[in-house]
Amino acid sequence: MTAVEVSELVKRYPKSTVNAVDGITFEVAPGEVFGLLGPNGAGKTTTVGMLTTRVKPTSGRAMVGGVDVGADAVRARSMLAVVPQRSNLDRSLSIRRNLTFHAAYHGVPAAEASARADDLLEQFGLRERGDVKPDLFSGGQSQRVMIARALMHEPQVLFLDEPTTGLDPAARLFVWDRLRELRERGVTLFLTTHDMHEAALLADRVGIMDHGKLLALDVPEALMRGLPGSSTLELSVHAGENGHTPDSLIGDFERLPGVERVEPLPQDSPEPDDPHWHVRLYVSGEASALVAPTATLLAERGLSLSGVELGEPTLEDVFIHLTGRTLR
Amino acid sequence: MTAAAIPAGVTAPAVKQRRAFAAVLRRDLLVTWSELPVFLAQVILQPLFLLFVFGKVLGSLGYTQHGYSDLLFPGLLALTSVITGMQTLAFPLVIEFGWTKEIEDRLLAPMSTALVAAEKVLFASLRALTATLVMIPVGILVLGSIPWRWSGVPLMVLAMVLGSLLGAGLGLVLGTLVVPQRINIVFSLVFTPLLFTGCSQYPWPSLSRLPWFQVVTACNPMTYVSELMRAALVPEVPHITPWVCIVVLVCSLIVLMAVGVRGFYRRAID
Repeated sequence: MTAVEVSELVKRYPKSTVNAVDGITFEVAPGEVFGLLGPNGAGKTTTVGMLTTRVKPTSGRAMVGGVDVGADAVRARSMLAVVPQRSNLDRSLSIRRNLTFHAAYHGVPAAEASARADDLLEQFGLRERGDVKPDLFSGGQSQRVMIARALMHEPQVLFLDEPTTGLDPAARLFVWDRLRELRERGVTLFLTTHDMHEAALLADRVGIMDHGKLLALDVPEALMRGLPGSSTLELSVHAGENGHTPDSLIGDFERLPGVERVEPLPQDSPEPDDPHWHVRLYVSGEASALVAPTATLLAERGLSLSGVELGEPTLEDVFIHLTGRTLR
Repeated sequence: MTAAAIPAGVTAPAVKQRRAFAAVLRRDLLVTWSELPVFLAQVILQPLFLLFVFGKVLGSLGYTQHGYSDLLFPGLLALTSVITGMQTLAFPLVIEFGWTKEIEDRLLAPMSTALVAAEKVLFASLRALTATLVMIPVGILVLGSIPWRWSGVPLMVLAMVLGSLLGAGLGLVLGTLVVPQRINIVFSLVFTPLLFTGCSQYPWPSLSRLPWFQVVTACNPMTYVSELMRAALVPEVPHITPWVCIVVLVCSLIVLMAVGVRGFYRRAID
């Protein structure tokens, strides 16, 4: 059984001329960390809204934990939990009661809820603050409480909307650590983010969304590998005595499989008779696979490789390649 | 916390929904209990002053006829039930939907959205009933004596229940229609007219001398709560026949709940 299954899902808001979500299809396996990446307005929040029963799909189907979200919203709500971007904690209740009442809403027996609340407060560094009301909590603290609250009814899928947006670096690291722990325990995490770094760091697979469409979906490495010519290989070559110049070698490099483009780099040494010259190869696929072929090629011409630097593409590059614009 | 640990579908949905409903109600009652003095002050102060000034002060100064306080008191019971029900529901709902989003945790509980709305109505009605009951000893304290007929108690209780539900229904409609930015203006535009056209300070039949105002007050459903309350406690004062009041109130409730629950769905689900 899949944790999340979406097929041909469409949402068009009333009075809108375009689809906010435009026919997306994907699956998330149990225990997987799935990241939905895209700029504001891409349709991520609407997608999560439909998966969490808060937005009614115009057409298509969404299943969470094997339950059709549209057909049986009540049962679907037992399967999932949501950690929103902004605090929606109950301000009239203490932190601990926020947790225990959430459990009660989900039918967890009181004794069990109490034990779970203790565990989670401890784990999220909130043990001392259980009796405090959430009014005065910082964004990071609220976020921790909301994640703890979400776990109270042991959901199959935990949805997190921009889990670290607006948090300070320390709070962000804390949340990331907790999310990695959850992943190790096998909780399925579905997060939306416009932070490339966060997606690359946490997600097993990343879906890239823009204008309501899913443009790409794969493990981060594959997304980056599939990017034409954005891995780079920079070579420092020790020039021999036999008259080869960087320009005379460009054609040879370009004939190597996987090389898209070659660019000689300006000398960075002020000395005019520096025997090194530098060249950058733009590569599709993995740049490291080209280290040996280039070394062989140079050796055949009596030159030696004196330095190699690999440049890997980021998800940011993938995003720019797919959408033609930056994330923010 | 693995998927395998979850006894999915073990609890029947109906039981689960009932438990969720009970837990949400328990939460609301707990919060009310923990701020009981604030709650009582909030709901009692306004009718208390109305009772004191119109029932006691004006009477003692000879500006109102003897017996006016007997006529006023049932009207104030009606007013307390309707206004408390409305305030309890509308204000927090506007804030929860528009600002704090606190309601989201309840909307994501395993219960239908209509049940979340129903809990709001039930809770607001319970608060309104409590406040109305508290007005009885308050009335005795302020006025010295209140009009009372044991044989009228069942009708009085019915009027209290219908009044509380009516207030909650009005609150549900207002609370789901109003955006937080407009809350002040809408409430003052609705609240004050509602307060003074609901026949709590005068019996409706006596308005035949002011026909246009009699028409206005006939449009305010609170009028029928006041009249029902008078039929129960001071039947000698001319009043609208109870069955007419009950029919109008039940019809109003059906319309308000239908509109309110629809509004609730619109706010809860995009």
